Amino acid sequence: MTNKNDSGWMCHNCRRPLQTAKVDIAYLGSAFPVELFQCTTCGLVLIPEELATGRMAEAEKILEDK
Amino acid sequence: MDQHTLKELEDTCIQECAPPCSAGCPVHVDVRSLNALIAEGDFSAALKCLLKKIPFPGIIGRICDQSCRSACNRSASGGALSIAALERACADFGDNRMKAGHRPRRNKKVSVIGSGLSGLTTAVDLAKKGYEVTLFEKNTVLGGKLRAFTPEVLPPDIIDRELSILSELNITVRLNEKVTARSGLKSLLGSCDAVYIGTGTGSESDFPNLLTGNMHPAEEICTYMTSTPGIFAGGSLLYGYRPYPPIHSVADGRHAATSLDRYLQGASLTASRSQEGVYTSRLYTNLEQVAPCTLVTVDDPAAGYSREEALQEAQHCLQCQCLECVKVCSYLKQHGSYPKKYVREIYNNLSIVMGARKSNKLINSCSLCGLCAEVCPNRLNMEEVCSTARRTMVDQNRMPPSAHDFPLQDMHFSNGAQCELSRHAPGTNKSDYIFFPGCQLSASAPEHVEKTYALLRTTFSENTGLMLRCCGAPADWAGRDDLLSNARDDFNRRYSELGRPPLIVACPSCQRMLSSHFPDVKTISLWEVLASDSIQLAQKKSASSTVALHDSCATRHDSALHENVRSIVTDLGYTVQELPLNREKTECCGYGGLMWFVDPGLSTTVIDNRIKQAPEEYVTYCSVCRDFFASRGKRALHMLDLLFEEDRDSRASRRAPGSSLRQKNRRQLKTRLLINLWGENAADPKSTINIRLSITPETQEILDQRYILDQDIRDVIEYAEKTGRKFTNPDTGRFLAYRKLKRITCWVEYACRNAEYVIYNAYSHRMEIVEENHDQQE
Repeated sequence: MTNKNDSGWMCHNCRRPLQTAKVDIAYLGSAFPVELFQCTTCGLVLIPEELATGRMAEAEKILEDK
Repeated sequence: MDQHTLKELEDTCIQECAPPCSAGCPVHVDVRSLNALIAEGDFSAALKCLLKKIPFPGIIGRICDQSCRSACNRSASGGALSIAALERACADFGDNRMKAGHRPRRNKKVSVIGSGLSGLTTAVDLAKKGYEVTLFEKNTVLGGKLRAFTPEVLPPDIIDRELSILSELNITVRLNEKVTARSGLKSLLGSCDAVYIGTGTGSESDFPNLLTGNMHPAEEICTYMTSTPGIFAGGSLLYGYRPYPPIHSVADGRHAATSLDRYLQGASLTASRSQEGVYTSRLYTNLEQVAPCTLVTVDDPAAGYSREEALQEAQHCLQCQCLECVKVCSYLKQHGSYPKKYVREIYNNLSIVMGARKSNKLINSCSLCGLCAEVCPNRLNMEEVCSTARRTMVDQNRMPPSAHDFPLQDMHFSNGAQCELSRHAPGTNKSDYIFFPGCQLSASAPEHVEKTYALLRTTFSENTGLMLRCCGAPADWAGRDDLLSNARDDFNRRYSELGRPPLIVACPSCQRMLSSHFPDVKTISLWEVLASDSIQLAQKKSASSTVALHDSCATRHDSALHENVRSIVTDLGYTVQELPLNREKTECCGYGGLMWFVDPGLSTTVIDNRIKQAPEEYVTYCSVCRDFFASRGKRALHMLDLLFEEDRDSRASRRAPGSSLRQKNRRQLKTRLLINLWGENAADPKSTINIRLSITPETQEILDQRYILDQDIRDVIEYAEKTGRKFTNPDTGRFLAYRKLKRITCWVEYACRNAEYVIYNAYSHRMEIVEENHDQQE
C-alpha cells in the first residue's frame, strides 16, 4: 500500500486527507500492527473492502481454528 | 468422545474390512487390488501385490483350489471370478519379480525339514526376515507333492523357475537328507535355534510323540508349535491321508513362520492373531444395482488366460466396498473419505492442544439429517458424532465465533420483541390449541401464517391461540445448550401463560425439536389436522398435475406424517411422484445442521443434487426446503401454496427471500396480526427501522451473501450520521462509515438522496480496530 490515498476518501469531520499509519487490529486475544489509511487528526481508520474480504478474512479463519 | 467411544465408532464403520474374497483366502491375497491393477493392464504391479502374500504365484495360480471364489460377490450375477487364473496371468505377464534386496540379519539359524509348499513358504518367509535358513529334502528334487501334479497342470520347469527365489534368498538347500525324530533331529536342534517340520502326508510316524502341541489350524489361534518348544510343524503332515488344499499348506507355512519369528524374538506366540486364516468379513456391499456379466472362460487350462482375457475378467470384479452412506451424502463425499476416518479426525480435532484444528468445518458442516444411520448396515450415525463434537467444542471454548453466529442472531431476533408473539385467539381468554407456524414459514410466507391461522380458527377450533417464535433448532444445531435452554425457558413461560394446550406445528424441524427437546409439550402436525378435513380439501381441489414430493429430513421417522401429506396432496387433485430417496431415507435440503451457513458451497451441491432427481415441480411441507430448491432455479411449492394460491405457476418460481427480507417479513407479520386481529399498534416511531434505505437487487444479493442485514446498515448509518465519524468522497458525494456491532464490524458505502439512504456496498470483518478514544460498541 502506498502512503498516498488515491481512493478519494477523506475524513468527514476533519476534512483532512488520509495517510498510512500502523494500526493495531485484534482478534481472539491476538493483535497485529497493520499499515492502514488513517485520518491524521482524529485517527479514524479505513479498512478497504479487499482487505476485509481477503487477507483479514483468511487471518480470522486461521485464528479461529488455532 | 473418549478413546473407548472412538474405538467403538471406528469399529462400527466396516468400510475398511477386507473384501469377502480376501477374508476367504487363508493367506488373505488382496484380490480386489489385484483385479484393479490387472483391469488397468498393469500386470507387473499386480504381481508385486500378489507376491506380498504368495511366494510362488506361478505355482499357486495353477493349482489353487480357490476357497476365495465361494465368497465372491459376483457369484449371483455372472459367477465368481477365476481368481487363480488371474493370479497365474500375473505370473505370466508381470515382470516385477521380487528382488531379494537388503534384509536384516538376525544371527539366528532355522532348519526347515521338507520342501513341499508349507516348508518352502516357511523357508522363504524366514529368510526374508533375515534368518539363516537351511532346507532339508529327502528326495533328489525340491517340491515334495508339487512334483506329483501332471506336467499339463504344473510343468516342472515352472516349479524350478519359481523356486529360484531360494538361491536369491541364500537359503541353503540339502537334498537327499531325510530327517526324522530318530535320525538327525537331535543334532539339528543342537546346531540351530528353531525347526519347522513340513514333511507331508504320511510322515507322522517319523516324529512320534511330537505332533501334539497347539498345532491344529482349526483351533482359534494355532501357533503350530509342537510339544517341544522351538519345534514347529504344519502342512499336510497334520492331516494324515485326507486331501489338503495347497493354499492351506502355504498358509500353514506362513503362520508357522510368524510363530517361529515370534518364538525367536521372545514375543507372544498368540497375541493379535485372531484374524489369521479364513474368516467371514463384515464388509457389506450393496449388490442391488449389479448388472449380470459373462465371465471369461479359460479355453486351454494349460495355456491359461491371454493378457486381454485376464484384463477383461478382472474388469468384472465388483471392487467390493461399503460406502453406503457416502453414496447418498454430499457432505460425506465432499470430505473425500468415510466415517471410520472421519470419527478419528474428529476425535483428533477435539483432543489437539496446540496447532490448527483442521476438522472444524468437518464437524460443523454436517446437516445432522441422520440419513447415514438409515443406510448404514450398522447404523453409524454421523449426526450424533457431529452434534456431540459441536457441544464439546463449545464446552472447550473452541467453537469458532463465526461458525454459527448469524443463525443464532437470527434466532435471537425471532424470539425478540419485534417478532415474538403469544396470544389467545382474539376475543377469547382460553386456548384449546395453539398454532405454532415456526420462524421460517413466517419469514418465507407470512401471509400463509395469517391464512392458516384463520382457517384453523374457522374450521378446526375457534379457541386456537398463536405463538410466533423460533423453536430453538439453531441453538441445538450449533451445540449451544445454553441458548437452547434460554429459548426453552422463555417458551415455557409464555406457553404456560396460554395454559399449555397442544401445539399445532407447521414446520417439521420445529416439530422434531419440540418433541425431542421440550418435555411435556404435546404437538400435532398441521398436516395431520388438515388431512383430517378431506371435505375442505376437496373444495379446494383444482389440479390434475403430477408433483414430486420432498419429505423434510426432520420427518424421517414420522411415517404417519408422510401418509398425511400424501393424502393432502392427493385430495387436492395431484398425483405424487416419489423421489428416489424419500420417507425414512429422505435427504436434507442443505439447511439442516446449519450446513447452509457453515459451508454454503456444500449446501448448494446438496440442493443441486436433490433438485435434479425429478423433472416435476417439487412440493415440500417445510418452507426452507421450498426456498432452498427455488434458490437454485427449481420450481417448488410449499403445501400451503397448493392450499391458498390461485396462481401456482408464478408461486412455484417465486424467488426465495434473502436474510433481511426474512426478518422484515417476521417483523411485519407480528405488526399486521396485532393490528388486524387484536387491534393494537405496537410500532415504535423512534425505531431506526424508520431509516429508509434504497438498495438495488444486485447490491441486496451481495448483502445477503455476506449476511449483512438492513438493520446492520441502519445501525452503521445512524451512528455515522450522529457522530460524523465517516469518510467522504467529495467527487462522488458518497460516504463510507463503519460501526462495531455485536457480531461484526460493518462498513457501509452510502449516499443521502431525498430523505433516504442509497446503499452502494457493505462489507464486514470480525477483527477489531484497536482504538483508544472512541467506544463504538453498540
